[in-house]
Amino acid sequence: MKLRALPYLPWRPPRLERGPVQLNARRLYILPTRSGLVFALLLLGLLIGAINYGLSLAYLFTFWFAGTAVVAMLHTQRNLSGLRLAAKTAVPVFAGESARLLLETENPSGLKRFRVGLTHPDGVNEEYDIPAGGKTDLVLNLTVAQRGWHALGRFGIYSTYPLGLFRCWSVLELSDANAMPFGVLIYPKPARDALPLPASTGADPDAPTRLIDGDDFTGLRAYQAGDTPRRIAWKSAARSQHLLTKQFSGQQGSTLHLNWSQTPEKDTEARLSRLTRWVLDAHAANLPFALTLPGRNIGMGVGEAHLRTCLEALARFGKSDATN
Amino acid sequence: MRRIDLPLLWLILPLALVLAPHALALPLWISLSWLVFALVSLHSGKKTWPAWLKLLFSLAGVAGVLLQFGTVIGPQGGVALLVFLSGAKLLETRTARDRLGLLFVGCFLLVAYFLTSQSLAMAGYMVIAAGGLIAAMIANTQPKPDLRATLGTTGRLLLQALPLALLLFVLFPRLQGPLWGLPQQSAAQSGLSDRMSPGDFSQLSLSDEIAFRVEFATPPPSPSRLYWRGPVLWDFDGRTWQTRLAVPPNPIRAESVRQPLRYTITLEPHRQRWLFLLGLPRERPPSLPGLRSTLGPDLQWLSNNPLNQRLRYQVEADLDYRLDPDELGATTRVRTLALPDGNPQARALAAQWASQHRDGLAIVNQALSLFRSEAFFYSLKPPLLGENSVDDFLFVSRRGFCEHYASAFVVLMRAAGIPARVVTGYQGGERNPLGDYWIVRQRDAHAWAEVWLPNQGWTHVDPTAAVAPERVERGLDAALPAGERPTGLMTLNANWLMPLRLGWDLINNQWNQWVLGYNQDRQRQFLARLNPFLATWQGMAWGLAAAGGVLLLVLAALAIPRLSGKPADPASRFYARFCRRLRRAGMARGEAEGPADFARRATVLRPDLADSIQRITQLYLGLRYGDLDRADLLELKRLVGRFRC
Repeated sequence: MKLRALPYLPWRPPRLERGPVQLNARRLYILPTRSGLVFALLLLGLLIGAINYGLSLAYLFTFWFAGTAVVAMLHTQRNLSGLRLAAKTAVPVFAGESARLLLETENPSGLKRFRVGLTHPDGVNEEYDIPAGGKTDLVLNLTVAQRGWHALGRFGIYSTYPLGLFRCWSVLELSDANAMPFGVLIYPKPARDALPLPASTGADPDAPTRLIDGDDFTGLRAYQAGDTPRRIAWKSAARSQHLLTKQFSGQQGSTLHLNWSQTPEKDTEARLSRLTRWVLDAHAANLPFALTLPGRNIGMGVGEAHLRTCLEALARFGKSDATN
Repeated sequence: MRRIDLPLLWLILPLALVLAPHALALPLWISLSWLVFALVSLHSGKKTWPAWLKLLFSLAGVAGVLLQFGTVIGPQGGVALLVFLSGAKLLETRTARDRLGLLFVGCFLLVAYFLTSQSLAMAGYMVIAAGGLIAAMIANTQPKPDLRATLGTTGRLLLQALPLALLLFVLFPRLQGPLWGLPQQSAAQSGLSDRMSPGDFSQLSLSDEIAFRVEFATPPPSPSRLYWRGPVLWDFDGRTWQTRLAVPPNPIRAESVRQPLRYTITLEPHRQRWLFLLGLPRERPPSLPGLRSTLGPDLQWLSNNPLNQRLRYQVEADLDYRLDPDELGATTRVRTLALPDGNPQARALAAQWASQHRDGLAIVNQALSLFRSEAFFYSLKPPLLGENSVDDFLFVSRRGFCEHYASAFVVLMRAAGIPARVVTGYQGGERNPLGDYWIVRQRDAHAWAEVWLPNQGWTHVDPTAAVAPERVERGLDAALPAGERPTGLMTLNANWLMPLRLGWDLINNQWNQWVLGYNQDRQRQFLARLNPFLATWQGMAWGLAAAGGVLLLVLAALAIPRLSGKPADPASRFYARFCRRLRRAGMARGEAEGPADFARRATVLRPDLADSIQRITQLYLGLRYGDLDRADLLELKRLVGRFRC
C-alpha cells in the first residue's frame, strides 16, 4: 500500500514551510486505491448484471454501494482535513542507528481521526489514531548511514480510512523552529575498536603521545554501545545481569586534548569515527577534554552539553555549508 | 482458551450474514463445506496450508459444482462456485487486502441473491447484511476496531449514501431487455397449464399464491362477470383437454357490444406464455411493454417468450362482445365438434336433446338445467373416474370441481352437434379496498365453456355456475361444502387477519409496482410526470449530474462544519455559550484574556450579575483544570442556561 512516488509529485513546487501547517482542501489530494479501482470494476459488473436480469433491487444495492464509496471519499478527505502538523526536534543518533522523527499532529476538531500515517521513501511507519481535540506524535523511523544533518525532505501524510477505497494524502516539506529543514542530526559512527585515549600533553602538543591506560579505577557505569569489551566489568555483569563498563581516569588534573592529527587513521571518516569514540570514552570517564578539528577548536570542557557540542561538531565536520 | 482471530471473525460474520439466504437455495454440501472452512480457519489461526491442498480444494469445488449444475457460470453454478471458493479462500486469508477482496465477493453475492428473491423482507435483510459488509471494510483498516464506533460510522456512511443511491435508482436510464440470453429457469411454478385433466384445478385451489393484480380505471364489472380469459383448450382425448395443434392464425372476427373497460394487470411471472384478458380488447393484440405477442382468433393471447418477469400491461376492452358472430370456418367447426370414442351414455343423452330441440340455446339450457336440477355437487374431493370419465361423472359420481363440469358440458354440446370448447383462466378475485385493486390468486383458477350459436357467435357458458352459483358470486370458499372449506386461524379469510393481510398485500403491491417494477416504461412515465424533459436520455443525464452534484456539495458542506467544530468537552461548550451571552451584552472576552480576568472585568461592568458570573467561572475553571465532577457539570449547564444579561 505504500505508494513511494507520491511525495514527489511533479506539479508541487518545492516549498519549505515553517510549521505548524494546517491541512486543508488546497493541500489534500485524493485518488482511488487499487482496491478502490477493483471495487469500481465490481460495481460495473453488478450494474451490467442488474441491467441484464432486470433486477431492480440489484440496481438499488449497486447504487447504494457506489454511493457509500463516494461518501467514503468525503470521509477520507475529512479524516485528514484540519490536522495541524509541526516538526519536533529529533534526538540525534549515531550513523547506522534508527532515528525517530516526530511530527506533532494536532487535531483541533471534535472528530477523532483514524489511521493517519506518514510516507517517506526511506522510512518505515505505522498508522495512528488522533483523538478529538488531542495531539499525537506521528513517528517516522529512519535509518541513516551518513553522518551530518539529514534533512527529511518531502514526506507524505496519508489516510485511507474508512473503507480503504480512496487514499487521501498531502505532500509537505517542513522546517523546524530554527528554520532548519526538518530532519535529524546524525553523529559519526563511533570506531568499533577501543584504542586508549591519547595522553594529555600539557602545553606541548608535539610531545610524544602517552596513552593513558586506565590505571586509576573510578567506578562503573551502564554499558553504552561502542564500549570496548576489555572494559566491561564481566564479574559484576554476571551478578547483576546488566553490562557495566569500568571507568578509569588517567592522571588527575591532566588535560586531554583530542586532536584530529593524533588519530592513527588517516581517512577523514575514520578519523571522525575515532574522535567520536574518544569523545564518548572521555565523557564516560568523566574527563575534561578539548577537541581540535581542522578549522574548529572546542575548548576544554566536561559534561553532557560539552559532549553534544563536540559530537555535533564531528557530525557537521566539512558539511556545515550544505546543511544551513 | 485460544484467542480468537479477531480480523478473521470480522470477515466471517458478515460473509455468513450474506450467505445465509443463499444456503437455502444451494446444495447442502456447499453450505456445509463453507461452514467447515470458516470454523477451521478460525481455529487454525495463522497456520499456512500447503499449496497443493488449497489447489485440491478449489478443484474439488469446481468439479462438484460441475457435477451438480453442469456449468460453473451463470446465476446458479456461478454463485455456487463463488460461495464455495469464498470459503476455501478463508484458509489463506492473511492480509488486509485479502480480507477486502473477500468482502468484495460478499458484495457480489449479496446482489446476486436478488436473482432468487426480491421480496420486501429479503430487501430488509440485505440492508443489514450490506451494513455488515461495510462495517467489516471499516474494521479491516484498523488493528483493533471498536465495535460501537465502527457500527456508528457504518450507519452514517449508509445513511449519507442513501440519497445518492435513490437518486441513481430513479434517474439512471433503464435499459429494456436482457443484454445476453437469460437462462431458462425450470423451477416449477404453480398456475394454469396448457392441459386440463380432472384434479388439476382442485389442486390449484389450494394455493394462495398471487396470479396477478388488477387496477380498474373504469368502474369494475360485478364479480360474477370477472372471467379472466387464459388458455383456450380445443382438443379432448377422453381424459385431458389441451390444444394439440396451434390454432391457425386467422384474423379475429369480432365486434364490441357494450361496457367499455380500462384496466391494468400486473402479472406475476408464471414462466408460461399466456396473458390474461377480460372482454374483447380494442387493440388486437394489446400493446405490451417490450414484448411481442399474438392474439389468436379464439382470443387466446400469447407472448412470444415465456414470462419470467413481473409484467404490467394496460388493456382497453369491451366486456360484452360477439366473436365469430356470422359464421364458423369449416375447419374450426370440425375441430370443435370432434369427440373421441367412448362415453356412450353422454352421447345418447346429447343425441336425445338434439332430436328434441332445433335451437342450440335450448340444448344449452337443457344441459344447464340438468346440472341444476339433478343431484350434482360442487366438491374439491371428487371420487376417481373410470375409463369413460364423462359418463362416470354425469351418471355415477356427480361430484366434481369446475374442470369436471366444463369438460362434461363441452362433451355434451359437441355430442349434440354444437361447436364448443373449454376456456380456462381465473374467475373473480378479491378486492383490496386499501389500494382499490383486485387480487387474483391461483385458487381463483377456473374452467368454463364456450359454445358457438348461429347469429350469436361464441357464447360464454359456465356450467359450474349452474351447480354452485356462489362460486362466481362470492368465491370459492362460499361455494365449497362446509367440510371442505379451509379452516384455522391462518386461512385467508380469517376475519381478524383480514385488514393486516390486505395491508401487507397493499405494501407488497406498491413494492412490486414502484420498486421491483421500475423499468423503462415506469421510469419514463414517472419522470415525464415530473418534467417531460427528464424522461429523455439527455434529461436523465442532466438530472443525474445536477442533482448528484448538489447532493455531494450538501454532504461535503455537512462534513466541513464538524471540522471547525465545537469544543469537544462540554464544560468548554457551556462556557462558550456564557461568553456569547456576555458578548451580546457588550462584554466581549479578549483574545488573550483568561477566564478569571474576564470574570473580574465583567463583574465590574455588571455588578448585578457578579454572583452568577463568579460561580460560572469558578465551575468552568474547576471542571477544566480542577477535579470537579459530573454534578458540577450539570450545575454549570443549569447556571449558563439561566444566565441572562
